[in-house]
Amino acid sequence: MFDRYMIVGEEFKNVKSGGEVTGFQLGLRLPYYRGVVLSLVGDMVIKVDGEQVPLEDMSVTVGGKTFPLSGLVKETVSKWEFGDIGILTVKKPGGLKPGEHKVEYSQHMKISYVPNGFWGSDEKTLHLAA
Amino acid sequence: MTIKRGVSLYSFQEEYFLRKMSLEDILATVAKLGIQGVEIIPDQMIPGYPVITDEFAKRWHGWMDKYGLTPVCIDMFLDWNKFKGRVMSDDERRDSITRDILNANKLGCTVIRVIHDVSPAILEPLAPIAEKNNVKLALEIHAPSYYTSPLEQELMAMFDRVKSPYLCFTLDLGVFCKKLPRVVVQRFVRDGMKQEIADYLETAYNDGTLPHDNELGKRSSNLGDIVLSMGGREQDVMLAYMGTHMIYADSSVLPQYIPYTSHIHGKFYEMLPDYTEYSVPYDEFMPILLKGGYDGYIDSEYEGNRWIQDAFEVDSTEQVRRHHVMLKRLLGEA
Repeated sequence: MFDRYMIVGEEFKNVKSGGEVTGFQLGLRLPYYRGVVLSLVGDMVIKVDGEQVPLEDMSVTVGGKTFPLSGLVKETVSKWEFGDIGILTVKKPGGLKPGEHKVEYSQHMKISYVPNGFWGSDEKTLHLAA
Repeated sequence: MTIKRGVSLYSFQEEYFLRKMSLEDILATVAKLGIQGVEIIPDQMIPGYPVITDEFAKRWHGWMDKYGLTPVCIDMFLDWNKFKGRVMSDDERRDSITRDILNANKLGCTVIRVIHDVSPAILEPLAPIAEKNNVKLALEIHAPSYYTSPLEQELMAMFDRVKSPYLCFTLDLGVFCKKLPRVVVQRFVRDGMKQEIADYLETAYNDGTLPHDNELGKRSSNLGDIVLSMGGREQDVMLAYMGTHMIYADSSVLPQYIPYTSHIHGKFYEMLPDYTEYSVPYDEFMPILLKGGYDGYIDSEYEGNRWIQDAFEVDSTEQVRRHHVMLKRLLGEA
């Protein structure tokens, strides 16, 4: 559910730090009908132009705080609220080239009353401004 | 004894998710539609839940006064899997539900929809605190389960023993789904399922021959094998399990269970322009609820949104409006 809204193109851009392009950002929404603590946000698979982003290169900013993706499992208080756009930051020196990119996003949700949880997915072709 | 009309704000989740309507916008709409009762999923529309700040509570009660609404129910969840590498202990589960009880009271709600995977042993000791806070713990009977299912029968035995009006059921009317919603079938096809598989699922559901799981999300039937044998994809198997868990239960046994039922979810998938529901025959069971003396709210729960949102603009307000035109007719309101 809400699959088509998962990738938020408006937030797609390269990010700079100290004058250098250090990576890129993407807006994401969860495919579920309530807000959940971050430990229930399961595996997140992001592919850009067919290439999967390594887990250790991703962090997500929700509710004003930034968390490495590998650390979400420990977060049993902080929440990703229903419909909130989380900002995914991907470490990638030089960032992405301006122009069209195919972005794929699959998200596993660890929902207790659904055995093995469920997956949502979205795919969009986004334009990265120069 | 009367049946009162309410709405679960879940019905408006599409507009809230997309930030087209705020919580207050939705409450104003509910009032405009002439609906009295309000049900909320706190995890959906109260940021920071389970913490309900005094400031939020004050705003909430202000809205109830301003729009002339009655808070009725909160829908709780039990995230017993949120800790890494272990599940919650029984005490942790009771602490979580106790917090929901206090929160319901703080919002002026008198019922909690208890999620269906809470065991009788967890619930039983909570009766006194539920009573003290005047909040009924109403475990949801949801398709594919019904009153006659094993867990529900265990709960009945416990309710009979404890005899507390604070331990009871919520009934989700999705258990009386006579036809597979066409919004579901159409979505299957849009998601790439072969038309003949979608046709099979629809026909087999409607004539009662579709293999069924006994418990939500637990794949106990051979439905998947059938879908695969018809040339379906793994994705179609998932769609088939997710989209056909509804049941068409026997409403003639309802009267004996009405005394145990304190709350009802008026599930619907598609209200037609003629104010009937495409798949759930309200005309069949509403007279039974009335005659049986059901005393509580029926809260609309629009669930068609998730099946059409991929291709169509969702108009939750119009769907809820139509649902209440129908409910008024069936309840004999002018």
